[in-house]
Amino acid sequence: MPPVLTFIVRRTLWTVLVMFVITVVVFFIFFKTPGVDPARALAGRNPSPQTLAEVRAQLGLNRPLWIQYGIMMKRIFITRNLASYSDQGELIVPEIFAAAPATLSLVFGAAVIWIIVAIVMGVAAARLRGTIYDPILMILALIGVSAPVFWLGQVCNYITQGGLHSTFVFSWVPPLGYTSFTVSPLKWFEGLVFPWITLSILYIGFYARVLRANLLETQSEDYVRTARAKGLSERRVLVRHTLRTSMITFVSLFGLDFGALVGGGAILTEVVFGIHGVGFLTWEALQNLDLPTIMAVVIYGAFFIVLMNALVDIGYAWLDPRVRPA
Amino acid sequence: MAAVVEQVTSTELRPATAGRNPWALAWRRLRRNRIALAALGLFLLILVLCLAAPLYAHDVAHDGNVLNPNLDGTTVVAGKVVPVMQQGGGILKLGETPIGPTWDLHHYFLGADNIGRDVAALLLYGGRSSLQIGICSAVLCCVVATIVALIAGFFGGLTDAILSRLMDVIWAFPVYLLAISLATELLTHSNGVRVGILTVSATSLWTPTVIIAFIYVPYVYRPVRGQVLSVVNKEFVEAAIAQGASNFRLIFSEILPNVVSTVIVMLPLMIATTILTESALSYLSVGVQPPNVSWGTIISDGQDLLYTRPWVSLAPGIMIVLTVLALNVLGDGVRDALDPRAKLRVG
Repeated sequence: MPPVLTFIVRRTLWTVLVMFVITVVVFFIFFKTPGVDPARALAGRNPSPQTLAEVRAQLGLNRPLWIQYGIMMKRIFITRNLASYSDQGELIVPEIFAAAPATLSLVFGAAVIWIIVAIVMGVAAARLRGTIYDPILMILALIGVSAPVFWLGQVCNYITQGGLHSTFVFSWVPPLGYTSFTVSPLKWFEGLVFPWITLSILYIGFYARVLRANLLETQSEDYVRTARAKGLSERRVLVRHTLRTSMITFVSLFGLDFGALVGGGAILTEVVFGIHGVGFLTWEALQNLDLPTIMAVVIYGAFFIVLMNALVDIGYAWLDPRVRPA
Repeated sequence: MAAVVEQVTSTELRPATAGRNPWALAWRRLRRNRIALAALGLFLLILVLCLAAPLYAHDVAHDGNVLNPNLDGTTVVAGKVVPVMQQGGGILKLGETPIGPTWDLHHYFLGADNIGRDVAALLLYGGRSSLQIGICSAVLCCVVATIVALIAGFFGGLTDAILSRLMDVIWAFPVYLLAISLATELLTHSNGVRVGILTVSATSLWTPTVIIAFIYVPYVYRPVRGQVLSVVNKEFVEAAIAQGASNFRLIFSEILPNVVSTVIVMLPLMIATTILTESALSYLSVGVQPPNVSWGTIISDGQDLLYTRPWVSLAPGIMIVLTVLALNVLGDGVRDALDPRAKLRVG
C-alpha cells in the first residue's frame, strides 16, 4: 500500500475514534454531571411533572447507562427525532441543518475577506520592514486580535444602524437579520457585508502577523538567496519562493479556523447581527436552557471540526511527503 | 588568530553580562524594550484602578452599594438635581432612559445602565471580575497543562500516549461550545456543584474560571510537552539519574526549570485569551452571573441601550481592547526577551 494511503486509513480510523470519544464526553457532561438531575436539566426551564416523566421515558433515564447513551445517539444520528422540550417539541436535527446555510454564508464570505486582506497586510509589512509602516500595520493587526468580536459588532451596528444610518453612506444597510440567498441574492449580500467584515477582523490580524513572521523567516533561507543570486526579480522571488512556502502554514491554519468557525466559533457574530445560523440557534437554546439542542449542536459542531482537521492533515500529507510518517 | 579569538571572547562575554543567570539577562532585554514596558505599565495601571474600585464606589455611592439598582435615584448635573432614569426618553418616547454620560467624575461620569447603576463604577467592578477570572484561569490552565506535560513527556510510552490522546479530544471540541455545555450544565443546577468537600455555587466566579482554564489546557500542553521531550534525554538529566535522583526530583528540579520559560512566554498571551473568552461567555449569559458584573455582562446589558446610550457598551469594550492589547504586546516582549532567537512561536 502506498504510504499516502496508509496515512489516510490511519487518519480516518483515528477520526472515527475521536468522534466516538466526543459523543461519550458530551453524553457524560449532559447526563452525568455530579449533582445534576439529567431529566430536570434536559427538560428546560421549570418543567412540569408530566414533562419530566416524558423526558425520563423517552430518553430511558432509568435504564442502564449504555442504553441511555445508545438511545441518545440513535435519536441524534439515525432517527434524527430528538425533540426540544422547551420549544414545543421542535425537532432539533432538521433545525440545525436548516440553520447551517446562514452560518456557512457568514463564514465563507468572511474567509474570502480575511485571506485577501491578511496576505496584502502581511506581505506589505514584511516588505516595508525598517520603515514606520511595518510597526503601524502590526499594531493594527494586534488591535484586531485584541478586540472582542461581539463588541466590534455592536460598534459596527451603532455606526451603520444608529446615528449614521440616515446618511447616504450607510442608508443601504438593511436591518439586522439574514436573508437567504435563494430569496434575494442582493439582500443576502447587503445584509452580510458588515458581519463579514466584523468576523474577519480578528483573523486578518492573526494571519497577517503569522504571515509576516513566516516571510521574514524564509527570507534568510538558502533557496531564497539562490533565487536572488540567479537574478530573479524581487517580485518573482516573493511570489514563487517565499510566499509559496509560507502558504503551507497559512493553508493548514485556514482549514482549522474555518472548521472551528463553522463548528460553533461564529456564534458571537451571529448573535450580535441577528443572523439565524447554528450559533444563533445555540444562543436561543441557551436563553431557554434548552439543553437537548445545545447537546446536538455541540456534537455536530465538534464532528465538523474533527472532519476538517482530518481533511487538512490528509491534504497536508498529499502536498508535503515529509509529514506522512508522523 | 589569537587576536581574533580574543576579540570574540571580549564581545561575547562583556563584563556587564558575563556570569549573569538567564533570568537576569531576559529581564535586561525586557527592560530595554520600551514598548513592552509601556504595555506592562498600562496593564498594571488597569489592574490597580480595578482593585481600587471600592474607593471610587465610595466616592460616587448613592445608597451604599453601587451594584444595587438605583431606579428612583437622582444625581447632580451642572448644579441641578436630575433623576437617573429619565422619563420619556428613547425613540418611542416610552419608558425610561438612563442618564447619559455627564463627564463629571463624581456624578455618573459615563451615565447609568438600564437599572440606574453608575457605569463608571460598574466598569471598575467588572474589571475586577474580568481580570480575576482571566488571570486565575490562565494560571490554573498553565499549571495543570505543565504538570500533565511533564508527566507525559517524562514517562513517555503509554502514559504519554493516553494523556496526549486525551488532550487531542479536548482540543477537538469547539472552544465556545464546550464552555457553553459545561456552563449550562453547571448553571441549571442553581444550588451549585459539590465535588468532595468543595462546594462551588453556580453564581461564583470560580465556575467560569475553572471552565475557561479547562478548555485551554491542550493549547498550553502541546508546546510544553514538546519542550519536555527535547530536554528529557539531555546529558544533565542523565547525570542526575546517575547521581540517583528520584523521578520527582528529575521532573521538578531538572526538567521543570528548563521548560518554565515556555510557560512564562505563554502566560500573558493566555491571560489575553482567557479575558476575551470570559467576556464572550458573559455576553452569551453563561459566564459571570448576577449579582456579579464583568466587562462582558456590561456589554451584554448595554446591547439594549446601544442606540440611545452607546457608552454603556463602548466603555467596557475599550477596556477589554486596552487590556488585551497590553497583554499581547507584553507577551511579544517577553518572548523576545526570554527567547531572542524566537525558537518558540506562540500564536
